[in-house]
Amino acid sequence: MTDSFSCIQNQYKEILKQYLEDKNEIGLYQAQQFSKKVLEHQISPEETLSFHLDAIEEFFPDIPHSLRDSFDFLLEVMMGYGMAYRAHQSLRDKQKELEAEINVAASMQQTFLPEEIPQVDSLDIGVISVPASKMSGDYYHFIRDENDCIGVAIADIIGKGIPAALCMSMIKYAMDSLPEQRLQPGALLENLNRVVEQNVASNMFITMMYGSYDPHVHHFYYSGAGHEPGFYYSQKEDTFEELYAKGLVLGIKRHTKFREYHKQVEPGDFVVLLSDGVTECRTEEGFIEREELIELIRKYKELPAQEIVEKVFYELERLQDFQLRDDFSLIILRRKV
Amino acid sequence: MDLDIRKENKKDFSILYVGGEIDAYTAPQLKEELLPMTENEGDKILVDLKGVDYIDSTGLGIFIGALKSAKSHNSTIELTGLNSRVKRLFSITGLDEVINIDNEKREEAK
Repeated sequence: MTDSFSCIQNQYKEILKQYLEDKNEIGLYQAQQFSKKVLEHQISPEETLSFHLDAIEEFFPDIPHSLRDSFDFLLEVMMGYGMAYRAHQSLRDKQKELEAEINVAASMQQTFLPEEIPQVDSLDIGVISVPASKMSGDYYHFIRDENDCIGVAIADIIGKGIPAALCMSMIKYAMDSLPEQRLQPGALLENLNRVVEQNVASNMFITMMYGSYDPHVHHFYYSGAGHEPGFYYSQKEDTFEELYAKGLVLGIKRHTKFREYHKQVEPGDFVVLLSDGVTECRTEEGFIEREELIELIRKYKELPAQEIVEKVFYELERLQDFQLRDDFSLIILRRKV
Repeated sequence: MDLDIRKENKKDFSILYVGGEIDAYTAPQLKEELLPMTENEGDKILVDLKGVDYIDSTGLGIFIGALKSAKSHNSTIELTGLNSRVKRLFSITGLDEVINIDNEKREEAK
């Protein structure tokens, strides 16, 4: 370091000398190149100034005292500037470090989400979940029990980013530690609520909708904890209706009961589950209406479930100029046969 | 964008008028005003949300925190002036069952 420092100092002396002799563009160009070099080597403004003073004293030994002193004065002034520059440098390094940590956390968070969607003969399932920034506050999960029932959970954790992501890991582990046998949606939410209530800060909460599809009788049982309502599409009637399960959000009251609802699912019918990032999609004209969302889904309803969710996401993203304001999750389960 | 917050002390209760959008950015401002109000033993607080056109989940969290604090300090909190969008949010999340809104008991199915 000291070597390169004195080396740079000498270089400064050389180019300055040359410039004072030739006074041409090439000299100025070298000065520009030199400033890149000092930045690269993290040489502060006051150090650069002292290079200048040393060089001048060498070139002009009989420089007036007061001129020399004026450089000391300027040096003092530049000191503050140099300190700010160093603070900026260290902040930049810290930021890089933080970003790297967040990237690690974000990729770790990805492992919380199911890698693959369960394959069942009678169901066509489509899922999309896209965070607004690096970390997501949306969570979804599939469980297949020994009776081939498919459990599906969609949850939205208050807020976004890192705090939401931390909370999400709790939900993930709580879900994983639930008893093996099939849980009814209401009982499952009661279990989770107890865990969440004991473990979150007073202004945190989680909304969740949990459903269980029984492929033997084609029943969809579901319960909700304050979650954004989804939709139920009936092919026979060609209508969308709201799929809503009333219930208090998780984490507020220890002994909360969750009512269970159910639907008889006919071939071609499908269930749409979503997070509020879908319905709170905001365009220039304001929030999109749920009716508009229905029309979007209707437009693609003949496609496979995965293509529907992707197409709907793309259109909503486009409406918001490709800037998601909130995490976005959309799940479709359709009875095939 | 900042919230427009104004406090008024009446004879037996205090009113907090809130205006703007309560989201992750403005929620701390609301918390700073509302939370200390709930810490006065036995106080009655009315939060007027007429000027609020949007609340996100972080905003809801502030009301939940305030409600819990009110419970532990024996104070009460009530909301009024909710527009339909905000009201829907309180209803979907089931929070209308735990927070007093417009002082009417909701008869919806539980």
